Amino acid sequence: MTSPEENMKSIEAKVVVLGSQGVGKTSVVIRYVGGMFSKAVSPTIGASFFTYKMTLDGYRVKLQVWDTAGQERFRSMAPMYYRKANAAMLVYDITSLESFYDIKDWVKELRKNVDTPIAMCLLGNKSDLDSGRKVSTAEAAEYAASIEALFFETSALKNLGIEDAFLQVSKQLLKMYETYPNSGMGLLSSPQESTDIFSHTTQNVKLPSRTDSEKPPSQGGSNCGC
Amino acid sequence: MAAHGEADQLGTTSDSDQGELNETDAPGKSEDAILFASDDFDNLTYEGLAEEAQKPVQKGTIHAIVRQSSNDVDSRSNTPNNIDHDSSEVSAGEESVEETAEQAQITPRADNTEVPDTVDASRIEIEEEDAYNPEWKNQKKHVFILSASGKPIYSRHGKEDKLVTIMGVMQALVSFVQDAKDQLRSIVAGQHKFVFLVRDHLILVGVTRGMDSTQQMLLQLMYVYNQVISVLTHSSLNKIFKQRRNYDLRRLLTGAEKFFDNLLNLMDTEPGLLLTAVRCLPLDSSVREIIAQSIVQNAKLKDLVFALIIVKNQLVTLVRMKKYYLHPMDLHLIINLVNASESFKDAESWTPICLPKFDASGFVQAHVSYLDNDCEVCLLLLSVDRDSFFILSEAKDKIKARLIRYNALQAINASIKRTSYSTQQCGIPDLRHFLYKARSTAQYTSPELEAPYTEPAEQERLFGMYLYLHHRIHTSGRPLKILFHVGEYETLLGWVTQGFELYAVFGPLITKTSAIHAVNKLLRWIKREEDRLFILNSVTF
Ligand SMILES: Nc1nc2c(ncn2[C@@H]2O[C@H](COP(=O)(O)OP(=O)(O)OP(=O)(O)O)[C@@H](O)[C@H]2O)c(=O)[nH]1
Ligand SMILES: [Mg+2]
Repeated sequence: MTSPEENMKSIEAKVVVLGSQGVGKTSVVIRYVGGMFSKAVSPTIGASFFTYKMTLDGYRVKLQVWDTAGQERFRSMAPMYYRKANAAMLVYDITSLESFYDIKDWVKELRKNVDTPIAMCLLGNKSDLDSGRKVSTAEAAEYAASIEALFFETSALKNLGIEDAFLQVSKQLLKMYETYPNSGMGLLSSPQESTDIFSHTTQNVKLPSRTDSEKPPSQGGSNCGC
Repeated sequence: MAAHGEADQLGTTSDSDQGELNETDAPGKSEDAILFASDDFDNLTYEGLAEEAQKPVQKGTIHAIVRQSSNDVDSRSNTPNNIDHDSSEVSAGEESVEETAEQAQITPRADNTEVPDTVDASRIEIEEEDAYNPEWKNQKKHVFILSASGKPIYSRHGKEDKLVTIMGVMQALVSFVQDAKDQLRSIVAGQHKFVFLVRDHLILVGVTRGMDSTQQMLLQLMYVYNQVISVLTHSSLNKIFKQRRNYDLRRLLTGAEKFFDNLLNLMDTEPGLLLTAVRCLPLDSSVREIIAQSIVQNAKLKDLVFALIIVKNQLVTLVRMKKYYLHPMDLHLIINLVNASESFKDAESWTPICLPKFDASGFVQAHVSYLDNDCEVCLLLLSVDRDSFFILSEAKDKIKARLIRYNALQAINASIKRTSYSTQQCGIPDLRHFLYKARSTAQYTSPELEAPYTEPAEQERLFGMYLYLHHRIHTSGRPLKILFHVGEYETLLGWVTQGFELYAVFGPLITKTSAIHAVNKLLRWIKREEDRLFILNSVTF
């Protein structure tokens, strides 16, 4: 989509959401992207893909959010998502110590397997369940500081902290972009978009599209200029 | 229960004593089948299974596709998109795994936190609650999965970890017979049949007091086994148990229980699994053609093997890579995945699935999305390229746009609303219900369930009659072509030919002559409707 505001720069960033089963990853993402909370959210199978658009400090920012499944059998799929991510949201449940310890495994794994800059943000979800709290705010904050991650306690149920968390992550992404505008850190996986991760899409830098459809149905000015 | 003890009249040949049945052309027949046509039920024998277990799993298909596409001169600058590439990173854990990815993506994490082999006293005490609980005992059909060492993995009813003793007994029985170089197949005890299937490191046990025959139970256990493979792949399963015989597989199957539950429920209500055939959503063939073309035009992508649309457990269309066919058993697993995964309704999803008949050694990646707001029309794009999500996502948008432009989505929705068809539409007064399977295309058709089969108990009874009829006509000792069975409440006619299988249920008073007359008429009706009820030509990329 070409923009009317010609002068605005656009960036596209990938955000991966990681954490144990049932900590509320999907609920957090749906709260942010869809603005609601559903009690009936079901366990994620594989990974779900969401997008979110906003304008921030003179940029149009598009977040591509991968909400991964916490079930053990999908654990080995995770590298597929975090290898290309610009930011990782690490979610635990404040009422589960184990889910907090799992974060440490995730951080270790990210350190080992990701060599591009990645913004990290620790989320202690279900903050509404304070009576069942097992992870203290201070301990989590200290840990977040030690890994240089942002930290928020959130509640998808009560809509607390989530806006702020994504906003601060986006700001950090802008900062990263301004620091390394041309570093080829990670390519987007779609060949149509394989410019640098933070591409200036004002000009719609897109590679020629694959040799698929003879006639792409011209939907809303589809721009695969082949 | 379905009639017992009433006089059957059997015909071993069709012509002499049933002169009027005319076996001309099987409606729904096609040379150009979309699905793999196979007679799994007839071929399902313990000998066959043993043989199958002998031969190493060919890790052929996915490999071949990947290799072929990386040979293609290709504008995509991506490195050879073999799945291998990713997988070594995948086992990012402690073990270094020198296996190709498609063989094993799942590696048990080598921590030692796993549930120990407890059979301590407290456990047994709890266990008595389940096994001696009358409600549990009264369940009509049980299915258990345990490891070869007797560790509980799954139980359809009750909690598997409260059934440690029962599972131990089953394991003991199996291994006792194995020690004598023999194989335990089934036990009949009073009203109950116990059927055993031992494959790879798993023991599967089915217990029924319903109409299911031993062979039919075996087929169901095969589905359950395939469901395990579908979640883990055959290679990982083997590898895991080779590394640790005592591994607690529940850990890797967390969250997959609902696939087993759902599959077993489908098996009790959906005749397609028994028939290894799939039902198509009735649609004008011109509409179906538009749908298939929308897919072909917009998703002709190198690593895309199958693209299909599923609505309410029915197939709308299937486009496949040339050379590769989808097996109806695999298709049922796909349907089960969609059916049991509410999360697909929240967003576009990307998930691995192994199709055991297609390639048991590896995963394909499924791009899953719903095309309508009511989340009924589900599009699945199955690719062997793990990195193709965005390409497929774009293809999906284009497919959807074209379906809307040509009113095809509307036509699908209209067909959903209309329901399938009523038995009355066939114009045969005494006919209550039927199942018709076209063997060459592995598809079947069947009318809506109507009075007297509106209540669940009656539907179950009807399904029991089909099981009975199916069993009788396929009994391996005495393969029948025609079976006429007069029961207390209805009369059944089963007829199997080269081209089709027909199971028809009539009112109790119909005579054999009228039933035969009716069946001939029914076949003519199906023939007239075949374009709408079946997918007769296969579309490839
Ligand atoms: N009280 C409370 N419950 C929550 C909150 N967020 C999520 N839940 C509940 O926690 C359960 C799991 O939520 P999901 O969003 O499915 O968790 P997930 O992390 O996506 O789980 P997987 O997809 O299986 O990895 C659901 O029952 C939610 O309703 C929260 O902020 N407060
Ligand atoms: Mg989730």
